[in-house]
Amino acid sequence: MCTRSGKTRCSGSVGVRIGVLAVQGNVSEHVHAFRGALGHMGCVASEVLQVRDAGTIPTLDGLAIPGGESTTISRLIDKNCMRKAIEDFEGGIFATCAGMVLVSSDSGDPKVEPLGIIGMSVDRNAFGRQRESFETELKIEGLTGGDFHAIFIRAPIVTRVDASVRVISRISQGIVAVEKGKHMALSFHPELGNDTRLHERFLEKIGN
Amino acid sequence: MKLEELRFGTELLKRGFASMQKGGVIMDVVNADQARIAEEAGAVAVMALERVPADIRKAGGVARMADPGIIVEIMETVSIPVMGKVRIGHFVEAQVLESIGVDMIDESEVLTPADEQYHIEKTKFTVPFVCGARDLGEALRRINEGAAMVRTKGEAGTGNVVEAVRHMRAIMGTIRALKGKDRQEMADLAREIEAPAELVYECARMGRLPVVNFSAGGIATPSDAAMMMQLGADGVFVGSGIFKSSQPERMARAIVDAVQNFEDPAAIAAASRGLGEAMPGLDVHTLREDEVLRFRGR
Repeated sequence: MCTRSGKTRCSGSVGVRIGVLAVQGNVSEHVHAFRGALGHMGCVASEVLQVRDAGTIPTLDGLAIPGGESTTISRLIDKNCMRKAIEDFEGGIFATCAGMVLVSSDSGDPKVEPLGIIGMSVDRNAFGRQRESFETELKIEGLTGGDFHAIFIRAPIVTRVDASVRVISRISQGIVAVEKGKHMALSFHPELGNDTRLHERFLEKIGN
Repeated sequence: MKLEELRFGTELLKRGFASMQKGGVIMDVVNADQARIAEEAGAVAVMALERVPADIRKAGGVARMADPGIIVEIMETVSIPVMGKVRIGHFVEAQVLESIGVDMIDESEVLTPADEQYHIEKTKFTVPFVCGARDLGEALRRINEGAAMVRTKGEAGTGNVVEAVRHMRAIMGTIRALKGKDRQEMADLAREIEAPAELVYECARMGRLPVVNFSAGGIATPSDAAMMMQLGADGVFVGSGIFKSSQPERMARAIVDAVQNFEDPAAIAAASRGLGEAMPGLDVHTLREDEVLRFRGR
């Protein structure tokens, strides 16, 4: 666990290296949130960078795929020859909103070629258009410190998961947060608030 | 199961929506076919219009909100967000677009203003708004009215980037100059630029506008788009520049690629090869006073 008491690789002089896929979308907010999370955890030797080329990906411990437009990000991943590097990536992936659509095995839309990292089907824009975007308090399994204030913007929902995928949050419409091994995928935007608990939880997973 | 308490149309949701567009290209389209081309090229959103700005210039007369039927058809065609334009101050056109479900409204100087005194009170709406601005004061007045996104006005429909550059430099330069000013000096500046002091302090704290800032109004080539990004834009709107060029599909892709790789001249060069003719340009200095769009609204 990467905690303040510190028994992980990022508590000492060896830090973790986190990349935020920077092809389009909410990139700088994730960089900011990860820096905040690392600060809370006392992981000073760690590094957070924006990833614009495939060559950087294998050097990372964790990769965030941010929200944005999944059709755009999907096309730019291929345009920049990053697909194979992400599929072969051995670290953890932290995927939010459009990122969740991209890491699924079934995006439900031929315009978005999924990366197949987490065995699940998703429904894009499941709640509707922007006027149906909402904020709510979410219960997340295993998260201490109370409900998580979640921001859903033209969000996707998970409609089916493989047996290996752990569901950690659901609302009446369906599943909104999952974990698989070192990976996490969220329908909402933890990077838009000041609460970095989910970023910290991801860092703990990859620090193990 | 107990229904969760959901909150809609908050400031955070509006600004968050705008934030998802960052690093992207928003393209003007006039029908479903063009919308499909834009989406396939990697546009993050489309602006649904009856005419692109270059044609609005040619047509003259009063330019109004598009036929909702056109906008709905485009909404049914693509899965990316669809935006629509309303006249400055025309809150009923905005109510109409909100009711049909557009994802963002552009209160735009490209259409003929409906109110020469007031802009729309945008905080009253669930749908987020984007507004044009030429300088920091104008940008902050729009944010104060509830705009979730700002774009430079530039001079739409000209294919001439000079005004977009002027407006982006004005906004970014004024924010840079806040560094080193104390609170009193900033309050003084706020009075001078007719903007709320609190928003000026916020810009100083953040080193940028508190909402996403795109560039618009004259972007016609991949290099234009990349230049606006290097000047500090979070993304670009391309109006007439795509569907008035000789090869819209290629131009659309090229501008998307240039925005993504805006700091990489080799990538911009690769994107710029063999695009054919860009849209025909207009010299902004030869426009008659009544043809200048950027002075509408203040």
